[in-house]
Amino acid sequence: MPREILYGWGRTSPSAANLENPSSQAQVEALLHSSDATLARGLGRSYGDAAQLAGGLVLSNRLLGGISPIDGAGVVTVGAGISIDELLTVAMPQGWFVPVTPGTRHVTIGGAIAADVHGKNHHLDGSFSRHVTALRLVTPTGTHDLTPATHHDLFWATMGGMGLTGVVTQATLQLIPIRSDHVLVTTMRFDTLDEIMAEMLAHDDDFRYSVAWVDCMTRGRSMGRGILTRGDHAPSGTTPVAPRGARLTVPFTAPSGLLNSLTVRAFNELWFRSSPRHREAEPQGIGAFFHPLDGVNSWNRLYGRRGFVQYQFAVPDEAGDSVRTAIEKLSSSHVPSFLAVLKRFGPGNPGPLSFPIPGWTLALDLPVGPAKLPGLLNELDELVLASGGRVYLAKDSRLDAATAHAMYPRLEDFRRIKESVDPEGLITSDLARRLNLLGK
Amino acid sequence: MENAFGQPQNVVVLGGTSDIARAIALELVRTRTREVVLAGRKPDELAAAARELVLAGATSTAVVTFDAEDPSKATQCVSSAFDQIAGPVDLVIIAVGAMGDQDSDENDAVASARMITVNFTWPVAALAEIRRRLVAQGSGRILVISSVAAIRVRRASYLYSGAKAGLDRLCEGLADSLEGTGVSLQILRPGFVRTKMTTGLKEAPFSTDPDAVARDVIKGLATSHRVITSPHILVYLFAILRHLPAPLWKKINESR
Ligand SMILES: Cc1cc2nc3c(=O)[nH]c(=O)nc-3n(C[C@H](O)[C@H](O)[C@H](O)COP(=O)(O)OP(=O)(O)OC[C@H]3O[C@@H](n4cnc5c(N)ncnc54)[C@H](O)[C@@H]3O)c2cc1C
Repeated sequence: MPREILYGWGRTSPSAANLENPSSQAQVEALLHSSDATLARGLGRSYGDAAQLAGGLVLSNRLLGGISPIDGAGVVTVGAGISIDELLTVAMPQGWFVPVTPGTRHVTIGGAIAADVHGKNHHLDGSFSRHVTALRLVTPTGTHDLTPATHHDLFWATMGGMGLTGVVTQATLQLIPIRSDHVLVTTMRFDTLDEIMAEMLAHDDDFRYSVAWVDCMTRGRSMGRGILTRGDHAPSGTTPVAPRGARLTVPFTAPSGLLNSLTVRAFNELWFRSSPRHREAEPQGIGAFFHPLDGVNSWNRLYGRRGFVQYQFAVPDEAGDSVRTAIEKLSSSHVPSFLAVLKRFGPGNPGPLSFPIPGWTLALDLPVGPAKLPGLLNELDELVLASGGRVYLAKDSRLDAATAHAMYPRLEDFRRIKESVDPEGLITSDLARRLNLLGK
Repeated sequence: MENAFGQPQNVVVLGGTSDIARAIALELVRTRTREVVLAGRKPDELAAAARELVLAGATSTAVVTFDAEDPSKATQCVSSAFDQIAGPVDLVIIAVGAMGDQDSDENDAVASARMITVNFTWPVAALAEIRRRLVAQGSGRILVISSVAAIRVRRASYLYSGAKAGLDRLCEGLADSLEGTGVSLQILRPGFVRTKMTTGLKEAPFSTDPDAVARDVIKGLATSHRVITSPHILVYLFAILRHLPAPLWKKINESR
């Protein structure tokens, strides 16, 4: 069988696996029985090693396609390999939108379920799983149609379970109605982190979507300056149109070091200055608002051969200070960091490995290279853990096992549920091995 | 599994009592490594090295003994070392080698051949098995300890440096052969390192110590650079030395 090198989006620790492209549930079942180590993979948008399995069998979900007609209530059943992009291309002209979208539309439904992804509306609408009404899961011991009511444990273990409970072949989702392909966006620029956080605490609930971009490269008075954008779908407007394709492609892997403190600082400065201080209800295209980075294909290659890591953590409200401390540590360490993304999370869900907990989440993109980066992130782990928080597994590529276990105290529940459908631990991943998620 | 910074969770060290290997293993344990297998000749020294690693935070250590003069058993040594680790092996360090005694070895056929066996043949035999296993596993890294002496062989240590030169050059091809397998090989070229192996030898310029080499290794693992030179400045020095006309090269070496 041909081996392929599989990467995560951060391009840091690739590994080789046997790659297959099953196009039916029966093929998935047969392949699962043919191997003693298997994992599903979507579009590889997780940053680290979640969708890799060195030496094992990796099943690309991309041929598990199909989009059912969308019923009058916005309910649709899609193959696990359908991407949000593909779904929107069909759904938007009919006036429907996905209930939750991550910062890129190039993720599959299988990947969105496995990471239980969140969007800019988590504070009100929760994560992806809240809008999944049913899914089909192929496990080594059988295939199950799961709903939260009929298979509570297995359903929730699969939501955020990083592909470790089995292969999802299809899912039924509840879409939301939209009346236009525009979002009315209110933008506010702040000179300090405290002001941004105060504004988000006070008024985020008035907006369906909210996200702040924070500059982690400035020190002193303007430390943590940033821009808050919030909005909701426009009530009506131009005829809904399909999303535009990407305009630019990065055709090569840039030299490592292209993104250094100087260039990143310059970029952040430019971006901050070009943003309005305050603008109300400006109409923006859905693509520009939800998926600004999708305009440049393969932008991850700009980080060079060594790649980059994304550090995303969540902490409860009581520990809001940790957000400030984390940004302070970063800005005083001179480690280059692109704009950090700050969001509020609403309540979590019963998924034992689902990432969101109510409070704050901060995500930082950091190029691999600075010698002090590994140690700095270990310090942030301690801070996050001491604050009762956790790091997002879909973004992780460097956490250690003990810390991960402490951050996800319900890991034992997860293992028990997984063992009920996969007693031999046939479904695993490089991530699971690195973090000893399966306890084998 | 290795993390985004090339830091391994587990390591197999062949030649586990060499001062450089010990320092690297210690530094790895201080950063992230939990499981270490040390293979070497002397059980008591291996045990001491293992204890040192446990004190530094290793959760599991094991020792395997072998004789680098017997390449026919290299496969066996590699298998027993790999068997000590439950999952995939992240990093294999090849630190096997002996300085020998150039003056007496150079007129002694058996001793000369032994220098090549220990520094070149045994490591190459072991690499065959390591390569096979890591490629099957689809991941992993190999660090081969060579020497800047391999860049240009000196009269004063031509048996040692010549064997290292063979290993170093061979590993360049071996590294290319790993393209597309998920496995990578890096060559460590330390300069003159003050260790038990070099006591009594005249120090070369930019001499260093095992801890400094170990720190450079940690940095080097975070990159995909084929060669890690420690200290880094020797890259430039040897870029010149390598192309010096022979008479000048000899003169420099005599004067020292
Ligand atoms: C630019 C960018 C922005 C992002 N923004 C956000 C964000 O705002 N919020 C957020 O939550 N995430 C975000 N992410 C992360 C991304 O949404 C998740 O990593 C998602 O899982 C990627 O989906 P994928 O199809 O690429 O899956 P992959 O990365 O290929 O796989 C991810 C996981 O899903 C599992 N999986 C895939 N298919 C199946 C299947 N059929 N059955 C079972 N398991 C399966 C894999 O085993 C793996 O564990 C972002 C990523 C990028 C690159």
